Amino acid sequence: MNVYLDYSATTPVKPEVLEAMMPFLTQQYGNPSSLHRFGRESRKAVDVARDQIAKTLNASPDEIFFTGGGSEADNWAIKGTAYALQSKGRHIITTAIEHHAVLHACEYLEKEGFQVTYLPVDESGLISLEDLKNAIKSDTILISVMYANNEIGTIQPIEEIGRIAREHRVLFHTDAVQTYGHLVMDTKQLPVDMISISAHKLYGPKGVGALYLRKGVRIHNLIHGGGQEKKKRAGTENIAGIVGFGKAAELAYTDVEAHDQRLTALRDNLKNRLMETIPYTRLNGHPERRLCNNVNLSFEFIEGESMLLSLDMVGIGASSGSACTSGSLDPSHVLLAIGLSHEIAHGSLRLTLGDMTTQEEIDYVVEQLPPIVQRLRDMSPLYEQVKEGNR
Amino acid sequence: MYSEKVMEHFTNPRNVGEIADADAIGQVGNPKCGDIMKMYFKIENDVIVDVKFKTFGCGSAIASSSMATELIKGKTIDEALALSNRAVADALDGLPPVKMHCSVLAEEAIKSAMFDFAQRHQREFEGLKGYQPPTGDEDHHDHGEEE
Repeated sequence: MNVYLDYSATTPVKPEVLEAMMPFLTQQYGNPSSLHRFGRESRKAVDVARDQIAKTLNASPDEIFFTGGGSEADNWAIKGTAYALQSKGRHIITTAIEHHAVLHACEYLEKEGFQVTYLPVDESGLISLEDLKNAIKSDTILISVMYANNEIGTIQPIEEIGRIAREHRVLFHTDAVQTYGHLVMDTKQLPVDMISISAHKLYGPKGVGALYLRKGVRIHNLIHGGGQEKKKRAGTENIAGIVGFGKAAELAYTDVEAHDQRLTALRDNLKNRLMETIPYTRLNGHPERRLCNNVNLSFEFIEGESMLLSLDMVGIGASSGSACTSGSLDPSHVLLAIGLSHEIAHGSLRLTLGDMTTQEEIDYVVEQLPPIVQRLRDMSPLYEQVKEGNR
Repeated sequence: MYSEKVMEHFTNPRNVGEIADADAIGQVGNPKCGDIMKMYFKIENDVIVDVKFKTFGCGSAIASSSMATELIKGKTIDEALALSNRAVADALDGLPPVKMHCSVLAEEAIKSAMFDFAQRHQREFEGLKGYQPPTGDEDHHDHGEEE
């Protein structure tokens, strides 16, 4: 049995999405910038996709700008704001648990002379609004806080953060790459100026994303060249990708409440059964304020990569915050930021569910994982103290 | 990313376990780095008659422990001390560059145990000349940074 539980890494393209995309890879190949009928067809397709995405965010189509993915949207929002407002101030506030697309963009700006405050998070992964207020200075130009975390699924109080940003007249960007398709984000209600989203997390194609840029917010361009995207993002449009993104977004928001309920039930079933069956297990992230598709557990005394290899051998695809899976020295910065010791962080396992996930698949994981954990524990010198009754 | 040999030793590791009345014990690595190797030895007339290991770590750490213990079982102390990390990696048909430190840990676990044996019996071995027991916070990693 093959069970994919890594939907937060990426998702398959849905058949309806592929079907919508296909003509734009073959017969309808025109460049939307061209005057002729070939070009006009493509232009129309991009406009439709922009409308579809705008609707899901209750935004105006001219507030949606297509990019080459979520990372580009994050980089654009952060660097574009920094360069546009550097005469006003050079201070940026973000969090310690952002995606690397935000963190590394901020680190780059630090080298360029900007100051960045990285807000800490509590053990559930939430920032403190008091910390945020205290961090705002007269030269703060941007607050960037992710909507929900990609590793532990914790959902930040975005509305409250946005209100604080408004009160202090600071621009607010949120990386909603993991949230888009799971939660309703109404830009008429949410005090957010910029939102990064991506297609391949909600059954669209890879290599396409968008930045929601509230009307009146002016940031510098990142990609210079032709006049596409209202002269804000150069480059011939990825028509098929954009069309797929629009279709995927429309599908995702057709009945997002039902999607949320179904996945929440499956998620809790998986999480509860694993935690009941496997001793010395802890849940990483917030128990309630978390994405409907995210389970992140740490199994003490074992290391994540050996768990992933063992799961892969029985057909289960998952991910881990262990250093050995990332190619870097330290385990995940998110797990360290919520206060996990290195050894507990090394033993983390992320299982993320999606629209194709079934109860049968959950049952299979619940059956396969406990013996894998036990086998690795029996091999671990850290487990000896438990068997000796010292724990 | 791993050779079939690594996967085979990871799936069916040899010599897993403990030895209650071990003549020598070596432990290296630390949980911070994500790997700890502990080896137990039974030694008779300077010959390793039995060896067992316990490892907390990734697939290649477990495979390296398994292979290293296989390579030294039945060998003399001097032969075991001559085992290089490269020999362990080669016997596994190679390790990815970022995982070479796992084979280094295996070599060091053996050296650490032989040092323990030498201390217990006030012995000296050629292969332990200049040996410094690990302090526990060494960093064997050479993972390479992102970007």
